[in-house]
Amino acid sequence: MNDAAIRVRGLRKAYGNVTAVADLDLDVHRGETLAVLGPNGAGKSTTVQILSAQLPRDGGAVAVLGADPAKADRRFRSRLGIVSQTAGDLLELTVEEVVRHFAGYYPRPRDPGEVIAEVGLAAQAKRKLRQLSGGQRRRVDVALGVVGNPELLFLDEPTTGFDPEARRQFWHLIRALAAEGTTVLLTTHYLDEAEALADRIAVIADGRIRAAGTVAELVDDREVTVAWEGGSKTTDTPTALIAELGAGYAGEVPGLTVTRPSLEDAYLRLIGQEASA
Amino acid sequence: MTAPNALSLGVARGGVELKQFFRERGSVVFTFAFPAVLLLLLGSIFDQGPIAGTTVTGGQVLTASFAAGGIVSTSFVNLGSSLAVERDDGTLKRLRALPMPPVSFFLGKIVLVVVASLAELALLLVIGVLTFDVALPSDPVAWLTMAWLFALGITACSLLGIAASSLARSARSAGAMTTLPYTVLLFISGVYVPLQELPDWMARIGALFPVKWLAQGFRAALLPDHMAAGEPAGQWELGKTAVVLALWCAGGLVLCLTTFRWRSALTR
Repeated sequence: MNDAAIRVRGLRKAYGNVTAVADLDLDVHRGETLAVLGPNGAGKSTTVQILSAQLPRDGGAVAVLGADPAKADRRFRSRLGIVSQTAGDLLELTVEEVVRHFAGYYPRPRDPGEVIAEVGLAAQAKRKLRQLSGGQRRRVDVALGVVGNPELLFLDEPTTGFDPEARRQFWHLIRALAAEGTTVLLTTHYLDEAEALADRIAVIADGRIRAAGTVAELVDDREVTVAWEGGSKTTDTPTALIAELGAGYAGEVPGLTVTRPSLEDAYLRLIGQEASA
Repeated sequence: MTAPNALSLGVARGGVELKQFFRERGSVVFTFAFPAVLLLLLGSIFDQGPIAGTTVTGGQVLTASFAAGGIVSTSFVNLGSSLAVERDDGTLKRLRALPMPPVSFFLGKIVLVVVASLAELALLLVIGVLTFDVALPSDPVAWLTMAWLFALGITACSLLGIAASSLARSARSAGAMTTLPYTVLLFISGVYVPLQELPDWMARIGALFPVKWLAQGFRAALLPDHMAAGEPAGQWELGKTAVVLALWCAGGLVLCLTTFRWRSALTR
């Protein structure tokens, strides 16, 4: 109980007769960073919005920080940080005004100036949001998500529109928060982002969790592909196969490659499951 | 450390609302300056000496009536259009997720409407005084009348604006949902055109809505008593005005409570 930041069993949500989340189970431990990967429309955002007390659910049992988000009160909300998908608001206010204002909602906020510096907007602090680029505005969203010093941070596709440098900076910030003990639930399209930040990864498709675990657990290590000029073979004993090939060629095997499956392979296999079922 | 209280958060919201309102050129020009520009135009057109049988000019009558129209703009039009935009652009969704009691959000809107409406009223009265020789009342009773008209008027119109914002499907249609009824009401409520010059049926329809009563009330406060003869009932009807505005406040509140949404289809 105490080490579960989020515990979800049988979560369901439909918009009209479109099912967004169907019987979803999920556990996030305290202090861990969990990345939720999945194609568009898989139910990632809906799940995040239900867990962060922004949407009611249709069914299932949900405990977030030991409470039911459907009954969220102010105390509960003050323990969460939320970075939702694109918002186009607050355009007439400066970065500093916005971050300072949002800090005012929380009982133990972080220092607004420090947060602005951490998201890399110190030089733009006096600029209106209207004058920022899309990526910079996204960083304001991140600043607003963390300024309340949350125990649990929800990041819904936080780095969409970031350039590579901004993304590295953002990763650095999230790692620092995680190192301080913040629990992070992150949705993303980027496999490298999930791999770089997450302790565990959950793959979601068609409103269900397909698999959850560390990268090593998700990637099936037994399916190693050995290829050479003249053929290829998938095996769980590549060394033996190579020895056999080496004996057959009596020396170097021409064009030999050994490929272990990547997270991408595992991901594509997992989300393709439904189509082949 | 304790959580910030609802009142101080409401005041903070009010500050942010005012900054956003007065920095947004669209809202300043459209909601705030529009009534003033129209008053200058219409007042100058109809300011050809005293109206027959009275000591009052057309510009002075228009100033009093526009005082009502102006605060309808800064309450009804302002909230109706801004809330629809905020529902679409994610503002409301973001705010709803904060540890903020909803009452603080509405307190902030009240601060916005009260300050913007006071500024609007002051602007229109200054235009009246400088351009059309409007004499501000010396009688405290007239100021008291303006005070309760102001309070009841912006309350009713704000609530109706919030309700109208929910009728709009999107921010794009919000302009139409507020501007069209606003403009029509100003025509049929004796603001742009004196009530005596309206067809009877039109004046009757206008009398169902709060703007007619608000405008009549401001004329009562700002014009000499003999002008009451020009009103449909031949008198100012302040008691009836208070009742009608209070009823619209009650009706508006019910509409708000039953229609207000934090999200639009776009921000689900």
